[in-house]
Amino acid sequence: MNWTWFHKWGSPKWFYEMSGRWLPWLGVAAILLLAVGLAWGLAFAPPEKYQLDSYRIIYIHVPAAFLAQSCYLLMAIAGVVSLVWKMKLADVALQQAAPIGAWLCFVSLVSGAIWGKPTWGTYWIWDARLTSMLILLFLYFGVIALGNAISNRDSAAKACAVLALVGAVNIPIIKYSVEFWNTLHQPATFTVTGKASMSADMWLPLLISVLGFYCFFATVLLMRMRLEVLRRESRASWVKAEVARLSGGNR
Amino acid sequence: MYFESFAEFVAMGKHGAYVWSAYGITLAVLALNVVLPILARRRYLKDEARRLRREEVK
Repeated sequence: MNWTWFHKWGSPKWFYEMSGRWLPWLGVAAILLLAVGLAWGLAFAPPEKYQLDSYRIIYIHVPAAFLAQSCYLLMAIAGVVSLVWKMKLADVALQQAAPIGAWLCFVSLVSGAIWGKPTWGTYWIWDARLTSMLILLFLYFGVIALGNAISNRDSAAKACAVLALVGAVNIPIIKYSVEFWNTLHQPATFTVTGKASMSADMWLPLLISVLGFYCFFATVLLMRMRLEVLRRESRASWVKAEVARLSGGNR
Repeated sequence: MYFESFAEFVAMGKHGAYVWSAYGITLAVLALNVVLPILARRRYLKDEARRLRREEVK
């Protein structure tokens, strides 16, 4: 098997150049998909039979919750790569993904609480799904705090990778919490196999919105990673040239 | 368009306050996640360019 594709990721310069090419496309895709998905969900999708129009919160709540979990999985994978191959870019990805994941987890909790009031009659309940999502938010805080607290970069990378890996145990707990325990929270809307539990004019905008959130996450992650790569490689000549070019070249 | 008028769209049945506050908070958070890295990048480039100039003089 040819491993050159993998070795390329070891080069910060290669990553910086490639991501610069991907970034505009991802950004445009994120804006278009989010605009279409959210406008469709807000104004064009039919109302739900029992919840009426309050269910429209699903078009932000579900994508945010998807991303909050996907982001943590990404961090766990980056943690493995960072621990096993000592790849610096994996550590950059892990550290820079954590704040975005925390924000998306916060969005899913807040939008869920607001949705809960008209639907369940309460903003919050210590139910399995809600509690495990709250734990996910604290895991994000843990990774962020750990990364900031350890000044030695290699030790910080190792500690954060281990926490990301250990915390990943929470992801299947979140996923199956609605099946293992009696909860108020409804089961999954989408399954890989089998039919969706809603009609196409409801799940199609949801799918578009989820894709939009993924593109948004990728865009912001690349923006943050590119800045961090410049910071960490500030002594490299290509970074100095890039800084000079971007700051107007008035040297 | 599912709603008959703009007023109905804003009202969202009786759930306008819930729907719009959830969407408002979400969009504000998304915007923050884009704006903060852009500002950080601008600040970094400014500081770094100044540092490099100073090094060159030495």
